[in-house]
Amino acid sequence: MGDIVRFLARRLIFSIVVLWFVATIVFFMYFVAPNDVARTLAGRQASAATVAAIRHNLGLDRPLLVQYWSFLGRAAHGNLGFSYLNSRSVLSLVGQRAGVTVSLVVGGAVIWLVIGVGAGMLGATRPRSVIDRATTGIALLFYSMPTFLLGEFLLLVLFFRLHLIGVDWFPGAGYVPLATDPLQWALHLVLPWLTIALITAATYARLTRSSMLDVMGEDYIRTARAKGISRPRILFRHVLRSAITPVVTQFGIDVGTMLGGVVVTENVFGLPGMGQLIVSSITRQDLPTIIGLVLLASAFVIVANIIVDIVYVFLDPRVRLN
Amino acid sequence: MAAAVDEPLLDVEDLRVSFDTIDGPVQAVRGVTFQVGRGRSLGIVGESGSGKSVSTQAILGLLSGAHVSGAARFEGRDLLQMKDSELRKVRGAGIAVVFQDPLTSLHPLHRVGWQIVEVIRAHTDMNKKAARARAVELLDWVGIPSPRERADHYPYQFSGGMRQRVMIAMALALNPRILIADEPTTALDVTVQAQILALIKRIQREFDTALVMITHDLGVITEVTEDVMVMYAGQPVEYASNRTLHYEPHHPYTAGLIECLPRGTSATVSLKPIPGTPPSLLNVPAGCAFHPRCSFAMDLCRTQAPPLRKVAGGAGHQSACWLPTDLVGVGQEASDRRAAAARTPMPVDDGGAER
Repeated sequence: MGDIVRFLARRLIFSIVVLWFVATIVFFMYFVAPNDVARTLAGRQASAATVAAIRHNLGLDRPLLVQYWSFLGRAAHGNLGFSYLNSRSVLSLVGQRAGVTVSLVVGGAVIWLVIGVGAGMLGATRPRSVIDRATTGIALLFYSMPTFLLGEFLLLVLFFRLHLIGVDWFPGAGYVPLATDPLQWALHLVLPWLTIALITAATYARLTRSSMLDVMGEDYIRTARAKGISRPRILFRHVLRSAITPVVTQFGIDVGTMLGGVVVTENVFGLPGMGQLIVSSITRQDLPTIIGLVLLASAFVIVANIIVDIVYVFLDPRVRLN
Repeated sequence: MAAAVDEPLLDVEDLRVSFDTIDGPVQAVRGVTFQVGRGRSLGIVGESGSGKSVSTQAILGLLSGAHVSGAARFEGRDLLQMKDSELRKVRGAGIAVVFQDPLTSLHPLHRVGWQIVEVIRAHTDMNKKAARARAVELLDWVGIPSPRERADHYPYQFSGGMRQRVMIAMALALNPRILIADEPTTALDVTVQAQILALIKRIQREFDTALVMITHDLGVITEVTEDVMVMYAGQPVEYASNRTLHYEPHHPYTAGLIECLPRGTSATVSLKPIPGTPPSLLNVPAGCAFHPRCSFAMDLCRTQAPPLRKVAGGAGHQSACWLPTDLVGVGQEASDRRAAAARTPMPVDDGGAER
């Protein structure tokens, strides 16, 4: 257990350094950007004095390094800044939308794991068979398909076509919180889930297949066969047990990245999540929100990596946390 | 064979194994016949690529993508004709295998006790607790200190020799009738090798298990098995009792292998390596496969493959070489006699010699 504490302490320090780095870059980008918040807030008609007053109020007339220092201070306290355009703190904006993105990612992750690992296993157990070629082909198709295309396609078929013949199983857009109505929550998310799952599952199918085929060539699998172990047991307890490690790594990275916002899918399906917030803040030049979201996304990726490293210890007894 | 027994436990007849490769079919095993009696021991010796490991793995159906023909009767039933489910019952229980590299042959992510329990429970309806007790007992028997704690360790926590002991414990778990040891000491230090060989001999003595030991090292066989089969390019070239093979080999390849062994204490005796390398199994030479490397090759050897014939060394001694059947032995004197015989072509006492 002492190992884990030491490991976490070390990783925490490292993470803070990385986040500080990211924060510094986005902060200075803020000043390079040709945008004057005070002028925007003041409106077109405002006098130079009004603009100056607003600028002073926001603290934007202070020297750059002073602003940088106070920005870091706030960020260190978990204050991601204030969105002048929304008149709300970035954190509360995120809080409003995090539930949508988490619902989307968690549900999608379950589906893509099942489909991806399942298809990969199917291909690996019968290499070069019709099933293997079919799963590999389908995986390649989804792997190379742009997300918006698949999303629009699902909408066209499962929403619009069904709607035309009077079947309204899947809503075309919008979000209902889980706490409000679990069934509607799920129905609204089925198409987005499928969109991210099918595209992501393709990676998992290829990864699982190649990883399992590698393991099947190992001497210890020959040992298992020489022991007279049944085929399914060899597959699950011996082959998959070893082959799952790279899948776990990929899974951690994917989930961590997506929690920061699933930009395309959320926009295609009108889901008010973090991805949509990213797009709207960029189009409205809402820099504090952009900075906050970037920091948050980085933090998710860092945390996901730490979790993956800890899970590794349980997956492989040879791995030590140092 | 020297070991004449009533009914052989394992009876392999004209085993042939080939693989399809991009360059064409590779004939890894080209007609191997041998028997192993109950409680007897056979050594299979050959260089890498001679087909010795492939033969035993083919018998157990462990090769995927191989074309296997011939017969391999175990207790009267042909393993090569068995359905996978039947064969699975023989593997691990009737015939157990210890592989060469104990580091890669044990599953790295499972505790060694778990791996032994698994084989027990795959073949019996013993409950987990009893199987675990048996696993600890086995680890103790093969000489692993504090077996109760060690059962919960992973393979990486063991040394090479200890890992091989774990492999042996796993192989012994169900009291197999045959233990196949496929180069069990090759990956180990010399001192550890001796311990593992002693352990294998003890298994034979105490459980009356038949042993098939595969090795490229004639010296290892000397200490363990009663009979020896020497293989070259996928075929057996000589069968003999261990003693006969060492002192009265007939085949020049066997004689060459023995002369490769460092013997005695004299530093002045230089080792005599066999010139050349084994042939590619994609394209085996015509006639005797060994003739390109043989210093006694005659014209006949280049065109006609010699059949296995009875030779002078003793009961069951057979060799696939055209040299006169009484020409046995090692050393300079035997070599001179072989050379002389090779220079004076003589009628061969085999009807098939003339084309």
